Formats: sequence, C-alpha cells, structure tokens
Amino acid sequence: MDTQTLIYLFVGGTFALYIAIAIWSRAGSTSEYYVASKGVHPIANGMATGADWMSAASFISMAGIISFTGYDGSVYLMGWTGGYVLLAMCLAPYLRKFGKFTVPEFVGERYYSQTARVVAVICVIFISFTYVAGQMRGVGIVFSRYLQVDINLGVMIGMAIVFFYAVLGGMKGITYTQVAQYCVMIFAYMVPAIYISLLITGNPIPQLGFGSEVTGTGMSVLERLNGLGAELGFSEYTDGSKSTIDVFFITMALMVGTAGLPHVIVRFFTTPTVRDARKSAGYALLFIAILYTTAPAVAAFARTNLLTTIPNVAYENIPQWFSNWETAGLVAWQDKNNDGVVQYGPGAPFAGAPNFAGETGEYGQRVVTNTPTDLENELYVDRDIMVLANPEIAELPGWVVALIAAGGLAAALSTAAGLLLVISTSVSHDLLKSNMMPNISEKKELLAARIAAGVAILIAGIFGIYPPAFVAQVVAFAFGLAAASFFPVIVMGIFSKKMNKEGAIAGMAVGLTFTFCYIVFFKFISPELDNAANWWFGISPEGIGTLGMIFNFIAAVAVASFTKAPPEHIQHLIEDIRVPRGAGAAVDH
Amino acid sequence: MSLSKEDAARGYWKENLRFMMILLVIWFSVSFGAGILFVDALDNIQFFGFPLGFWFAQQGSIYAFVILIFVYVWKMNRLDRKYDVHEE
Repeated sequence: MDTQTLIYLFVGGTFALYIAIAIWSRAGSTSEYYVASKGVHPIANGMATGADWMSAASFISMAGIISFTGYDGSVYLMGWTGGYVLLAMCLAPYLRKFGKFTVPEFVGERYYSQTARVVAVICVIFISFTYVAGQMRGVGIVFSRYLQVDINLGVMIGMAIVFFYAVLGGMKGITYTQVAQYCVMIFAYMVPAIYISLLITGNPIPQLGFGSEVTGTGMSVLERLNGLGAELGFSEYTDGSKSTIDVFFITMALMVGTAGLPHVIVRFFTTPTVRDARKSAGYALLFIAILYTTAPAVAAFARTNLLTTIPNVAYENIPQWFSNWETAGLVAWQDKNNDGVVQYGPGAPFAGAPNFAGETGEYGQRVVTNTPTDLENELYVDRDIMVLANPEIAELPGWVVALIAAGGLAAALSTAAGLLLVISTSVSHDLLKSNMMPNISEKKELLAARIAAGVAILIAGIFGIYPPAFVAQVVAFAFGLAAASFFPVIVMGIFSKKMNKEGAIAGMAVGLTFTFCYIVFFKFISPELDNAANWWFGISPEGIGTLGMIFNFIAAVAVASFTKAPPEHIQHLIEDIRVPRGAGAAVDH
Repeated sequence: MSLSKEDAARGYWKENLRFMMILLVIWFSVSFGAGILFVDALDNIQFFGFPLGFWFAQQGSIYAFVILIFVYVWKMNRLDRKYDVHEE
C-alpha cells in the first residue's frame, strides 16, 4: 500500500475510534458533562491529562525549538513539567475535596464574592481562546501537509470531529477520547524517535542514546554537536544565549502558569477521591515525561543529522528528504555566492518565510525571491521539520509517516476539546447558572453548556481559518496571566485562613494589570524596544508573569492585613478542604 | 471527641506542610538550582556523556519531578491514616 493510502487509513481509523467512544460515553447530566460524574480512574485521568496538556506545539514544534536553541530550550522542558509538582502538592487534592465543577466556582465561593468569580470567568475565557486558536490552526496544517486538502477544509473537518464528541459527550466523552488520543500520540512520537536513536547511536532508548557516542565517531552526541556547530560558527549547543535571570523567570512563569491553567486544573475535579487526585497528578506527569524526556533527544539527533548531511554539500548530492520538504516549503536554499554548495551558519538567510518564484534554478532547487541578508548562511529550515521529517531521515516505512499524521491530529484535537469544554462550562455554569439565571433547570443548563460549546467551536474555527497575526505573541499571555492571577489566588485560598475577599481581588487586579501592560507594551505598542536592554531587570515578556505573581502575593497580603478577616463559614470551608475525608459527600453540599 | 478531632486536623496539617516544604526544596534545587543557577559550574562534570548541568536541565529535573509526586502520594496516604482523616 502506498503512504498516502496508509495516511487516509490511519487518520480515518482514529477518527472513527474517537466518534465511537463519544457515542458510547455521551453525557446525560450536568455532573457527567462537567466532571464525568467524578468517576475517572487515576490512570485514565493521568492519560487524559497528558493528552489534554500536550498540544500540537508539544508534539510537532517543541523538539524543533530545542534543536535550534540548545540549552535555552530547557525552559520549556522544565517549565511545562515542573508545574505538575505544584499542582499535585498545592492545588489538586484540595480543589478535589472542595468538590465543585469549575475554577471560577472555587474562587467565587472561597472569597464569597461574585465579582471575584466574574473576573475569574473572564480570565478563563481569555486564556482558553488564546490557546485554542493555535490548536485549530495546527489541525489545518497537519491536514494540508499529509492529506493534501486545503488548510481551511482541514480546520472544518477538525471542528466537526471536536463538535461531535465535545458537545455530545462533555467531560465524560472528552476524557475517554483523550485516553485513546494519548495512546495514539505517544506511540506516534516514540516509534520514529527509537529508530533515529538507533540510526545515530545504536541505542534503542532515546533518553540513553542522547548521552551515547555517535556511531563511528568516538564522540558523544553532545560533543559532536558542539564540535560541528563550532565549525559553522554556532554557539555551543549545551550553552545558552539567554541571561540566567531570564531563564529563571521564564521557567518559573511556565511552571506556575501550567499549575494555574484552568483546563488542566479541572481534570483533577474528575477523580472519585482526593487520594486519586494526587495519584493521577503523578500518572499525568509520568505520561507527559515520556514525551518530554524524548523530545530533547530527538532534537539533538535531528540536529546532528542536519549538520552532518547538509552544510557544504553540493545541492546535486543533497539527500532525498531535503528535496521532499523543499517541495512542501519547509526548507529552502538561496545560493548567495553562486557556488552550487549549501552554506549553513547562524542567523537568517533572508527576511521572513521563503517566497518561492515557481521556477527551478540551475541545480534543480526552488528559487527563492526574498531579499538576502548580509550573512553567509544560505539555508532556511522550519523548526517543525525536526519532527515531521524524521521518518524520512531515518528511512522508515510509510506507516510511520501515517502514524505521525494521526499523532499530530490527536495532540491538537485533544487539547482543543479540553479548552472548549472549559469555555462552555464557564459560560453555562459560572455566568448563566450562578449570575444571570439562578433558577435554570439542570436540563436547560446542560443544553446551554452544549450550545456554548458549539459557539466556542465556531469561534475557534474562525480563528483557525483566519489566524490573527498575534497568535504567536499571545501565548506568553496565557501563561503569564494564569501565573499572575489564578495560581496565587487559589494557593492563598487554601493555605491562608486570613486571606479575604479584598486581598484576593486586589492581588488579582495588580497581578493581571501589571502582566497585561508589560506584555502589551513590548509585544504590541513598542515591539522595537523588545530586547534585554529595555526589559525590567532583564526579564522578557515571556517571563514577566513571575513578577506579576510576586506582585499579586504582595498586594493581597498587604490589603488583607488591614481589612476584615473572612467570615466564620469560610474558615470552616478552609478547614474542611484541608482534610481528605468526606470528599465523596462534598459533591452534594 | 470534637476537640481531639480538631487536634488531629491541626497535627495533620502541620506535618503535611513540613513535608511539602521539604519536597518543594528538592523541586527547586533540581530545576532552578542544578538546571539554571549552578548550571555552568555543574557543566564541568561529565555524567554518562552529558555535562551534568545540561543533563539536569533537559532530563534529570523531569525524572526528579515524577519521583517527587509519587513520594508525595505515598507519604500522604500514610499521613491520612496516621491522623485518621483518610477516605473510607
């Protein structure tokens, strides 16, 4: 069977599986729709959390980013895993004991304030939409690359699938499809990783191959990378170019932001007991760690391969995979010195993405019309290629390519569904039921949740078809705002009995305003000033959420110290959520 | 009876906090310590083909995080029983 047929078969097969699961697990009550009746086994919840968390960016782009930035890429590895330690110890067990449906609900009840709840809802919706826009685009890109359909049609097919299982199944449907999606995506990630590790080091375990010798050179992978890079003028792979303070602040903002992301937190509302909530945080991180410890190995292998097979090679002798991906527009070569040989070095070969003239040059390359830069580098490489081209680089059979297509779609769809559910829940439960129509019946609330999910999918799809230019810039927003708003407010709500309504609102307002203004200033108002010389203390907008979080804590404690302590029933509520016993009953009170 | 229950809850919370702090200190040391603040010094040490600081930043910290959560789970289950606040 040819590769194209296999791709249709794999993608079609996984989609049929997701739909079958959705029909089998459709939700009949709000409790099923919001939190899967709190009946999810910790291992299943761990897998679902893993799929929920690992998006198209983790699956396709992360290894590529690390490949091109070396040590600096560590911020994502530590930042996107370390947050689970905070979740497991500071948030998940207590929020599970609290026993309600949403994050804004906790904020509203703990701080006895509808204002706090509405602020929380706005944050949830903003953070989630920021995120989901990128996912729908990811679905479209995978479709267009592998199934030769138009990106927009790809987005629409993705919307239809998510619509089906998110609207029908709610949290219950999403949870069990995410379990399946996790299996598809981890298998799709590991198979090529194992092959490329074998190819380069002879060791089948990528995490160990990462530290082994490159076959036939007597040098370890990292020594070889540093050496090859130095010849071409790159800085050492194992050394970073970011300042220590910036690495520190970005890592912290990503960790705390992860722990404060509503679609992740809400997964821990679905376990039967507090004990299971803790345990499922452990399983979630274990399942995530499999991919996250493989990614830096894949990054190093792919870069070793790139640096040994491409630079200073005449274009006529370039490997086949290079021309394949040149056709797809992900790599390009501009022969600046007309010698027919590919020169590679630091910096961009030309401004922006390649603009192909539609004709072929004298060596058979696709001619690029962009204005060249003064640098000697002639090679443009899209970072996504480090994962996407792996099967061809390692000369793997067609079914592995098909597997990557199905895995990329699983990663994007599972994250999109989790985010859309959080948006619909916030609208139907936190806005409609608690604010606007308190007497709404359960049946109507469920219908409202489904309509909200449908509308959210439409909006997300429009973002996918007409991607706003600022999507890449606003990712810093999602983490920064979660770090500066939810995390401090929830942690203080659990660990401090003195924290009151006034303190929490002041903290959220200060943290949010500060972080928002800093990011907007450097990303939108004065992007030309966005460099280390102008940043406060050398902290980039990506890391500023950490400072926002610190300001949130300070403002909250200061205001709480001279305002009235929280009422007695709140003090009892805090004492109650601190002990596990009675979590089963907490659902009804 | 109610008083002793309150005492138990207080004792449970105190031990929980102390234990959590210990684990968070380790959490901080393996990532922000070994992987970021002291990365240059540790990179002078070779560890199974890796500079040690780089290994902590891209591999070791993640392994440590997983272990930390499972230690926490195990320890808290014991603590729940010790103070008789576990779920039936």
